[in-house]
Amino acid sequence: MESQLPAEFIVNVDHERCRKCKRCVMNCSFSAIEFKDKVIPNNKQCVACHRCATFCPENAITITENPLDYKDSYNWSPEIRKNILKQAESGGIILTGMGNPKPYPIYWDHMLIDACQVTNPSIDPLREPMELRTYLGAKPESLEFEGDGSNISLKTELAPQVKLDIPIVFAAMSYGAISLNAHKALAMAAKRMGTLMNTGEGGLHEDLAGYTDRIIVQVASGRFGVTSKYLNNSALVEIKIGQGAKPGIGGHLPGEKVGEDISKTRMIPVGTDALSPAPHHDIYSIEDLSQLIYAIKETTDYKKPVSVKIAAVHNVAAIASGIVRAGADIVMIDGFRGGTGAAPMIIRDHVGIPIELALAAVDERLRQEGIRNRASILVGGSIRQSADVVKAIALGADACVIGTASLIAMGCRVCQKCYTGNCAWGIATQKPELVRRLNPELAADRLCNLLTAWGHEIQEVLGSLGINAIESLRGSRERLRGVGLNQEALDILGIKHAGIGQ
Amino acid sequence: MKCDGIPSGCAISGLMSEEGRRIDGSVVIKSIACMHDRSNGLGGGFAAYGIYPKRKDMYAFHMMFDNMKAKENTEEFFKNYFNVDKDEAIPTRRQKGVTNPPILWRYFLEVPENKLEFQSERDYVTKTVMKINSDIEGSFVASSGKNMGAFKGVGYPEDIGEFYKLEEYSAYIWTSHGRFPTNTPGWWGGAHPFTLLDWSVVHNGEISSYGINKRYLEMFGYKLELRTDTEVIAYLFDLLVRKHKLPVEKAVQALAATFWKDIDRMEPEQKKVATALRQVYGSTLLNGPFSIILGHSRGMIGLNDRIKLRPMTAARKDDMLYMASEESAIREIAPDLDEVWSPRAGTPVFGKLRPEVE
Repeated sequence: MESQLPAEFIVNVDHERCRKCKRCVMNCSFSAIEFKDKVIPNNKQCVACHRCATFCPENAITITENPLDYKDSYNWSPEIRKNILKQAESGGIILTGMGNPKPYPIYWDHMLIDACQVTNPSIDPLREPMELRTYLGAKPESLEFEGDGSNISLKTELAPQVKLDIPIVFAAMSYGAISLNAHKALAMAAKRMGTLMNTGEGGLHEDLAGYTDRIIVQVASGRFGVTSKYLNNSALVEIKIGQGAKPGIGGHLPGEKVGEDISKTRMIPVGTDALSPAPHHDIYSIEDLSQLIYAIKETTDYKKPVSVKIAAVHNVAAIASGIVRAGADIVMIDGFRGGTGAAPMIIRDHVGIPIELALAAVDERLRQEGIRNRASILVGGSIRQSADVVKAIALGADACVIGTASLIAMGCRVCQKCYTGNCAWGIATQKPELVRRLNPELAADRLCNLLTAWGHEIQEVLGSLGINAIESLRGSRERLRGVGLNQEALDILGIKHAGIGQ
Repeated sequence: MKCDGIPSGCAISGLMSEEGRRIDGSVVIKSIACMHDRSNGLGGGFAAYGIYPKRKDMYAFHMMFDNMKAKENTEEFFKNYFNVDKDEAIPTRRQKGVTNPPILWRYFLEVPENKLEFQSERDYVTKTVMKINSDIEGSFVASSGKNMGAFKGVGYPEDIGEFYKLEEYSAYIWTSHGRFPTNTPGWWGGAHPFTLLDWSVVHNGEISSYGINKRYLEMFGYKLELRTDTEVIAYLFDLLVRKHKLPVEKAVQALAATFWKDIDRMEPEQKKVATALRQVYGSTLLNGPFSIILGHSRGMIGLNDRIKLRPMTAARKDDMLYMASEESAIREIAPDLDEVWSPRAGTPVFGKLRPEVE
């Protein structure tokens, strides 16, 4: 069927400037540029990944949105009309990549941070210590000591703790969804910055063996690559129940992406689809989850914290409480804006709740039940900037998780075509000629720079708040104020409206 | 001796005899008066230990009532929760600079045996204090410890001291506070010291981590009603030392935590302890500028925040330990000292009653 869909973007080539080097043709992985005596764009294929424009030595290429106007209708937006056309042509579910792009309220942008004036001095992070160190893992309610005088020693044995030099870890992105070079870059950066990367559900490639103390290994419903060696070669183990971009549904890595290497890592035959079922078929309720948590703890000799990752859904607070009581050391909550390599658009854009509200509800619930100390809270699902990290920690998170932001740092332009496997930046692809484009060393440098910059920014904010340790911000909602929020949202976030003092 | 004060917010001064000798209240008044310019007349107060030897085993409740109705309601409450051994007005005199005092009354209370089936006596008393402060309109517990009491109100500290006739009391520990309130309104209950059981805190500074300290305490059932950051200090000591039974030194180390850069250089066993304290008690870290003097029945603890953003000087003379915002306030009452020093940031000064002293 001939597609009636108009092009989304127009590629403009300035033929005066173009010196026909064809670099754009070679770089375009979406077949949107051809060469017939001169550079000829194929606009319908363009996804606005900016690869051609970035690499054109003459700056001869610009990309604009197709100005094709539709007869105005607030109700029948162009996007809705285009989706209907797509489905009328294909009969399929609309697939998409990355996080929810819809204009739902972003609560981060409705919260403002306090600062010191006069009565308590702000602190200069360039001159005074400013501590970001964070430990993930279950904490006892209290410590017991023995002995007396100068001979006091600790009696309490703490559950395993994982040290983070900065309270930001890289999100779960599987080898399969992203390339091995992207995985390597994340692992290198995690090691250098004293934080963690997360294998996602695709197993651990043998090339990452040197980084295992900085790697979260995931156990998802497909159980790809899970062996006792895999579980033990880790900083901590994460059971993936859900993902913010697609709560309640499984995953599907198409067979064409399952080459030799991925087949080995995932422990499935070459060319077969890697299917992650929607639920874990051995977890149909909370007591089953508890069994899996303890099976993993037994396998790892109680030396690794076990995290459980869930999507932020309506009843997230009660679910999180159950997870903590089931024995998890960490609860990872992924908000409805969280990214994905591939998800049905209907799920990505319409299911789940914002991470800000989910986090506030979970932290408060665990406090009310007196069990907040029993698990660390990690949150992700669109942490876009260091200010979001600060606000998340003030709401009660122990640390934040960044996926999309880390991809952008490596070169991603958020074109949302991860599911096609054509990523021009060598990130969300398995095609060797594309993967090669991502230099792991350089990508790691960029990731380290991003974390370093965010770390400095967080320190600036702490200093302006007059505190010099991140734990004095953690859960300190008194230092946040809402702007333009209704009372219900303020109550859920546990913050006052701007203009109200103490 | 000339008193050279530096104008700055809030003053604290404390003194104790480690041999348990009783000192009358005029001494501490003289010391705190020396730092007059550090207060603004919106709050002053004192804590005194050892002042009720005849009833030393009873809980001495110093109460503030807004009106007779509050007093009646509270007395009804006491009847249900305690055996009241004695009650009387707290003696006061008319004093210039002290206006509109609430009704000030003290009660000597015993806990009936049958109330303690499922909880300790001190937990029981703590709960009643929280209940009165949050549930009985116009009624406020100024102090609730044994053989001690808090005397506080709105005014300059020296005027408050005269008002309460403190020269008539003798105590082995005195702490005092002159207030320059910024964040919270000046009201009688809001003056320092803040107390719970026999803990008392006088505090110069601001707890910038108040938000999380408060939420942490609430997890353990504490109700923070006083609209001020200082009460978290008293409650944190109560939680860590009384309930969690941490050695006092370790509790102090949790509140003014060692920097990671220093922890990383420690010997393994010390490092393990310091790391665990920060991991488990991160929410108790008192962050922001403070100098505090904490009183309890067996001693006195002085502590600065971990980068020393508020002043504190300590001194010793024979069995006496002195601590104050300014050296001048110590010299004023003890010109000739054996030793004077500025405690380092985050490093506590302990005054301990000799073990043989009852």
